[in-house]
Amino acid sequence: MIRILGLLLISLLPITSSARGVYQEPTAFINEVFAGKPPAVSRLWLTGTLKEDASEILGHPPASLRLRYWGQARRTAWVLEEIGKEKPITVGIVINANRIERIKVLIFRESRGWEVRHDFFTAQFSNIGLQADRDLDKPIDGISGATLSVRALKKLSRLALYLHQHTPFAHDAP
Amino acid sequence: MKYPVLLRQSIVLTALTTTGLVHAAAGPAPTIEELWTVIQAQQKQLEALKAKAQQTEEKVEATGEILEQQVASSGGHGGSGKTTIGGYGELHYNNLEAGDGTDTKEIDLHRFVVYFGHEFNERTRFVSELEVEHGGVEADGSPLDGEVEVEQAYVEFDINDEVSAKGGVFLLPVGIINETHEPPTFYGVERNPVESVIVPATWWAGGAAVTGNFANGLSADLALHSGLQIPTTGSSAFRIRSGRQKISNANANDLAMTGRLKYTGIPGLELSGSVHYQNDISQVSGDGADEATLLEAHAIWNRGPFTAKALYASWDIDGDAVEAADADKQDGYYVEGSYKLTKEFGVFARFNDVDGVRVQDEFDQVDVGFNWWPHEDVVIKVDYMDRENDNDSDRDVDGFNVGIGYQF
Repeated sequence: MIRILGLLLISLLPITSSARGVYQEPTAFINEVFAGKPPAVSRLWLTGTLKEDASEILGHPPASLRLRYWGQARRTAWVLEEIGKEKPITVGIVINANRIERIKVLIFRESRGWEVRHDFFTAQFSNIGLQADRDLDKPIDGISGATLSVRALKKLSRLALYLHQHTPFAHDAP
Repeated sequence: MKYPVLLRQSIVLTALTTTGLVHAAAGPAPTIEELWTVIQAQQKQLEALKAKAQQTEEKVEATGEILEQQVASSGGHGGSGKTTIGGYGELHYNNLEAGDGTDTKEIDLHRFVVYFGHEFNERTRFVSELEVEHGGVEADGSPLDGEVEVEQAYVEFDINDEVSAKGGVFLLPVGIINETHEPPTFYGVERNPVESVIVPATWWAGGAAVTGNFANGLSADLALHSGLQIPTTGSSAFRIRSGRQKISNANANDLAMTGRLKYTGIPGLELSGSVHYQNDISQVSGDGADEATLLEAHAIWNRGPFTAKALYASWDIDGDAVEAADADKQDGYYVEGSYKLTKEFGVFARFNDVDGVRVQDEFDQVDVGFNWWPHEDVVIKVDYMDRENDNDSDRDVDGFNVGIGYQF
């Protein structure tokens, strides 16, 4: 039986197809969010209080001096990155009227924590907002063995919600 | 440019005010024409400043672009983008008293671990874990009687979006803590005894494995790898933990296989079952220790601040010598409940029942305590343990443990 299993393992090795990792290109995500007509890109510089608060949310200084986002009416779309255990996880987040409309893992590079890229996990974030203490206003149930990937997504959700409040689109009339 | 007289006079007055020409200083007042010349010069300066500000903004944007490109290529924790470094460690203080009156009061650098990872390309990566236990090693074992171990060193290949394969030294897909055991991720200073005596965590092997992760939350692992080589004589005869070969010229007369099915398709829930099979657990034919099968199952349920865990593991070993030593069935289970009172502070209670082969490996144990996370990657732990031996009250143990651990 062991020999048969060995042959089975070896026989699987030459099979190759697309590389794991990129589930949707960020540009495709933005196009999809705005039904093929995305607005011009805006930039938010992380300086002063914005930088301090972003650092508090992430638990470390932000890796970027500024962040690009796309805004229209009361919606903003963000493509953000945070390291899970070793590698950055690229996430697309749409905020609508200060609540999460959609969150999607676009690129996942980690060896563990794969569950966070699937709808059964990200569905938890739907319609979540930010409390006064900048924490999410609903608990997110974790995944044993994927603690760091779950943590990365929670941080990015909090960051997108917070940054949305500092764009002109946060105050647009419905 | 022609301006109406009134407007020209207003502009002149404004200019006089802003340029500070209107003051109490002595001297002849400038003429309207002179002032008009000054205003025109200022207008040119203003336009030049606007152009310069625009240029500065463009330069800042360009600088931002370059910095972002450099950040993007610099990777994660101390990495170059391709190579990453991480690690974890824990220091323990044990203050325990045994039934025979002997005390254990120790401070131990239980683990110091460094990870090195490297990404060859998007589909091929290297993962490693180098561990120093109990402070290090010395030839005569004094004062350093620890170990230096390579617990992981494998290359992983992505076959497609859902399936990956790896070859090298890796952790076996069994139990809760064998693959994920960084100190901030679990309660209690010492790891639970079931996943020490029955599932001999940390349990690693050399070989090959295939893993499939599917969109419905189901994952499957299948590994073919070096097996255990349990002793059949001496004080550790038929003890599972003593059979770990640690890939040091490991005997490969008899390979083993491990398979796991895991379901994590509902947030907060994990259901997992593993099977480990080896045709000859001592790697010596005819010595009375033959076929061995380990079955392990566990469930984890997390809802908000509350988490419940339950694990059961059982060995079934064939062979005359094993049966004569009453070592053919070795099993254990534990149940644990924990509650996070705040993001930084959680309490837990755990009941363990262990039925191993040695006298000291047959006991019930209760653990209660708390974890405090001053930072999400740093933990301070305190717990009280009470172990009651099934057969020998001299081997009862109770007392408390304190630990500090980290990961990065």
